[in-house]
Amino acid sequence: MKRFEPLIEWALLLCALLSIGTTAGIILVLTIETFAFLREVPVTDFLFGTNWTPLFATPSFGVLPLVAGTVMVSAIAMAVALPMGLLSAVYLSEYAPLGVRRMVKPILEILAGVPTVVYGYFALLFVTPLLQQVLPGLAGFNALSPGIVMGIMILPLVSSLSEDAMQAVPRGLREGAYALGATKMQTSLRVVLPAAFSGITAACILAASRAIGETMIVAIAAGQQPRLTANPLVPIETMTAYIVQVSLGDTPQGTLEYRTIFAVGMLLFLGTFMLNLVSAWLRARFREEYS
Amino acid sequence: MTGTSLADGGVQRAIARRRFLDLAFQALALLILILALGSLIALITDVWRDGFSRLSWDFLTGFPSRRAANAGIWHALSGSMLVILVTGTLAVPIGVASAIYLEEYSRRNLMARIIEINITNLAAVPSIIYGLLGLGLFVRAMGMGRSVLAGASTLALLVLPVIILSTREALRAVPPSIREGSYALGATKWQTVWYQVLPIALPGILTGMILALSRAIGETAPLISIGALTFVAFAPDGLWSPFTVLPIQIFNWVSRPQVEFQANAAAGILVLLALLLTMNAAAIWLRDHYQKKLS
Repeated sequence: MKRFEPLIEWALLLCALLSIGTTAGIILVLTIETFAFLREVPVTDFLFGTNWTPLFATPSFGVLPLVAGTVMVSAIAMAVALPMGLLSAVYLSEYAPLGVRRMVKPILEILAGVPTVVYGYFALLFVTPLLQQVLPGLAGFNALSPGIVMGIMILPLVSSLSEDAMQAVPRGLREGAYALGATKMQTSLRVVLPAAFSGITAACILAASRAIGETMIVAIAAGQQPRLTANPLVPIETMTAYIVQVSLGDTPQGTLEYRTIFAVGMLLFLGTFMLNLVSAWLRARFREEYS
Repeated sequence: MTGTSLADGGVQRAIARRRFLDLAFQALALLILILALGSLIALITDVWRDGFSRLSWDFLTGFPSRRAANAGIWHALSGSMLVILVTGTLAVPIGVASAIYLEEYSRRNLMARIIEINITNLAAVPSIIYGLLGLGLFVRAMGMGRSVLAGASTLALLVLPVIILSTREALRAVPPSIREGSYALGATKWQTVWYQVLPIALPGILTGMILALSRAIGETAPLISIGALTFVAFAPDGLWSPFTVLPIQIFNWVSRPQVEFQANAAAGILVLLALLLTMNAAAIWLRDHYQKKLS
């Protein structure tokens, strides 16, 4: 038996290394195809061009409209998820009696576990018609409704991670505030919230990264019209929705059109990767503060 | 005399104002929680209203059709189940092995730290990026084509970080005294892990596994980008068969303008949610059942 021990350890290590291999694989696949793409399209045209029409007879590869669409939908999602998520986190962490926590947390977990294609259905066939009654100018496909629904989707993430951060704040700080005559709200907003700030920021950045990478809600409800606009009422297209659009057609390998999805994917990967790193760094710093 | 009573009144008012603000704040927070709960209820009732009338045995066992009223989901449902089965077979042993290495074997060195940071990072990579990886690696470079195996391999990589993280947590919950007792009896490291630690951690590992797979079963984007077809009209008959899954069939139906197909999508969603509910209930049951047994 003793002879096999080192063998087993090596086998286990090999499995653990597969995760490094996955990251390497992602970077490799994206880099190869992106370079092939950039050989035909100058990088400045790609990054700063304001026209995205790769499927036209005279194609144009400016990615900015897709980036703008992604940023707009994510911004709407964050505008919904941030205040709601933070408030519910403060409530759950500082106010809620145990019974309420026990009831609310599973509900938030269910909200987080609903498949995104279901949220897409909800955005297109429930939220958009509902909003159209208030905003007559709202198109059938738009940025607003998927943005709101995406906000509901990432709300549990913001709420539960922020709540964890607030729970990690030592009791002594709260008791000090109470001793000075502060109310619960003053303690929550002026002592606990600032003390948990880096942890909460980490949660919000992670949520933003989720919103940017979210695919099915926007693919279903935001439309397929890449355009550079700040108007949330008209159809747009996000980076992720573009990848889906091309994947649905039968695109032959090696064509420029096939490579565009990898170039867009590379941009998406770099953006979310950066956000994830910042979030992880902030979380680590926060943990150090209170341990 | 009047001065003090005035000051008293001022303090009283200030306290009353603070109390009111405190209450208002609580009310606002509760309102938001109710709003979140309300959106969940709205979602479910909306889907139920649109799709319940389409649910039937024929719908579950039928195949896609150009006429919405005749269409069924057996091809997608069986595709989903086969893909999840293969995903689990691939991801669970590798994920559990990685977690055992990180939790029980690795020394706290640079390599362990890099692997750990990498796993946390992978857990946050957008799922559609995994789809592009699957397209470039499994479908093209390894020549698997748009098969069940390519789809399951892609999803396996996607859920691997989730399985590793939850397994590590389960292993961490096993008290060190169990390991020490085993070593004291002369067991080797692997014997300790295999005969003592794993059996105790098993319920936790299984719960994490079910939750990871229930995430995989709802995934749409990565399978679309590896090119899982939206118009497969038959149940998959093996690892190399083309396939479609439930979420993709739902997406296909939602994207059509006709109301009849949207009703099919809603019915498909009900089936998908029922599947998820069953899996989650199983996970919760496992957790509670074994927690009681241990304590």
